[in-house]
Amino acid sequence: MKESEKIIEEVTSGEYEHGFETVVEQDFIPKGLNEDIIRLISRKKEEPQWLLDFRMKAFRQWQKMTLPGWAHLDIPPIDFQDIIYYAAPKSPTHKSEKRAIDPEIEKTFDKLGIPLNEREALAGLADGSGTAVDAVFDSVSVKTTFSETLAEKGIIFCSFSEAVKNYPQLVQKYLATVVPAADNFYSALNSAVFSDGSFCYIPKGVRCPMELSSYFRINARGTGQFERTLIVADEGSYVSYLEGCTAPRRDESQLHAAVVEIVVEKDAEVKYSTVQNWYPGDAEGRGGIYNFVTKRGLCKGSGSKLFWTQVETGSAITWKYPSTILKGDNAISEFYSVAVTNNFQQADTGTKMIHIGRNTTSRIVSKGISAGRSQNSYRGMVKVLPGAEGARNHSQCDSLLLGDKCGAHTFPVIDSANPGATIEHEATTSKISEEQLFYCRQRGITEEEAIGLIVNGYAKEVLNKLPMEFAVEAQKLLQVSLEGSIG
Amino acid sequence: MLAGRDTFTVTEGSVTYDGRDLLALSPEERSWAGVFLGFQYPVEIPGVSNVNFMKAAVNEQRRQRGLEPLSAGAFLKLMREKMAYVEMDSSFSGRGVNVGFSGGEKKRNEIFQMAMLEPRLAILDETDSGLDVDALRIVATGVNQLKRPDNAFIVITHYQRLLDYIVPDVIHVLYKGRIIKTAGKELALEIEQKGYDWLIQESE
Repeated sequence: MKESEKIIEEVTSGEYEHGFETVVEQDFIPKGLNEDIIRLISRKKEEPQWLLDFRMKAFRQWQKMTLPGWAHLDIPPIDFQDIIYYAAPKSPTHKSEKRAIDPEIEKTFDKLGIPLNEREALAGLADGSGTAVDAVFDSVSVKTTFSETLAEKGIIFCSFSEAVKNYPQLVQKYLATVVPAADNFYSALNSAVFSDGSFCYIPKGVRCPMELSSYFRINARGTGQFERTLIVADEGSYVSYLEGCTAPRRDESQLHAAVVEIVVEKDAEVKYSTVQNWYPGDAEGRGGIYNFVTKRGLCKGSGSKLFWTQVETGSAITWKYPSTILKGDNAISEFYSVAVTNNFQQADTGTKMIHIGRNTTSRIVSKGISAGRSQNSYRGMVKVLPGAEGARNHSQCDSLLLGDKCGAHTFPVIDSANPGATIEHEATTSKISEEQLFYCRQRGITEEEAIGLIVNGYAKEVLNKLPMEFAVEAQKLLQVSLEGSIG
Repeated sequence: MLAGRDTFTVTEGSVTYDGRDLLALSPEERSWAGVFLGFQYPVEIPGVSNVNFMKAAVNEQRRQRGLEPLSAGAFLKLMREKMAYVEMDSSFSGRGVNVGFSGGEKKRNEIFQMAMLEPRLAILDETDSGLDVDALRIVATGVNQLKRPDNAFIVITHYQRLLDYIVPDVIHVLYKGRIIKTAGKELALEIEQKGYDWLIQESE
């Protein structure tokens, strides 16, 4: 019950909560992007030759590519030479849990509600539950918790850099197998300059006992964040993975271009949940993160399952389509999304479900909420290849409008090459009416609270899919994001 | 207007409620002060269950009075008790507010909400319109059970039949925006027999 009071308090104060900046000495490389910069990043990370080659190839491909222009977004020109591609805190970074982490950085994550101290993280929890975190601060992973506990089960959970050092065969086997470097403009850029990220491998038949999580924090000015996440769930394994992100409030816009790849082997199951809360810019549309992310999973083996859940409230501009290739027979994938835009935010987000295997099933539930002068688009593709006998898809795509200056758009594409496939698409658009708000207020519920109630009711189907702690967080976030959106 | 809907503009006159200028208060402040409006056409709120809606309302009212929110158990108990007043079955709490409700159910829901909030002044706007006899009886029984010395109900109706179930203390006849007659409950019977014309003539 205290929770609801906190929500009200937050709504009435209603500002971006994570907009502070951490003062810490950092190591920057010069601005700009060229082959020397890439060599420099690779050298700083003490990388093997094969990875440098991978970067160089990606960079050369990227140089030939042009910015994607098909999204329903108005993106100001980005000067890729005016970005710092690598910024790392100077103090002892990492790597094993025993070594010290800069107290300022630890404090930062504490403030964000992400305890990096294992004992604190476990306090009050049942044995073996809880969340293991890989904390990424600007360009580097500063700490991964519970690596050792997880290692007892054969689970590898570490920063991407460590994985390159310690498990090069695994990384080489899976890297860019789901998202090829040249897949698109931003994946190519990421492949050339990515600095760190998370790596996770769940061995055969192992059910990961903890939630695994990556937390991305942008801190330094003038930098971009380019990280990769690679998750491999071997046969019959299970993992639930969470991703969170925040950034300081400032007038300049910063670029975040990540790649997430997930490989799901036979009968394995992966749940990937995101609560995206990058700084969205101020009420006049100044600043905010450009979030241009490629996320894709491969349901490789038969009976594999991949579930995406995302709550998108942050970023000035979001360009993101977590997608699944359903290659194995009987594979299942679901995409549940709530995307909120307020003020001058723009979001173009959705998913692709590509059915290759027989009897593959996918489900899409997308809930867009637009307020202020924002633009919110759903873009989705359901593709059924000739061999995908018995493929099924159900898409449901709802838009909720608050006020009359915002826009909601849907761009669904269905491309079926198999006449036996069953594809259903439903869409609705609704508005919170003055009558509804008056009705709530007459019963004593304040306007802000009424909006929160209605919006959470609308998004319930998606929020219910999140792990519990995340669901509470996401509910609050929805309410805060829409503060001041009416009247 | 009394509840504060901004589609109405007050051009003259004042409303004093409990010594306060009612018109200066926002809709929620009026509600916290104990004013309840039973809507003639209650709006649907998809996705928000009756239980969540009422929990938000009751706890906000309590907060305004400096009380702790009710525990989940106490709240559900209260809800069951009040649902019985209007003969709502248990599936009701999980359904969306007024979503897919029949006309009768919507009116019963209004009475149920009134029972939960225990207002000091309840205005029931044609709560009897479009109700069959059973629903009418249920609604009226709800109102009767809530009547106490320290609260008041303004029941707006066109029909005598509601008054078979609800016995008013005072009847006002409103014509063209003015109260043209005020009398005790026997006035209703007189109107039933003679119609309104004689009252209008009398007032002119």
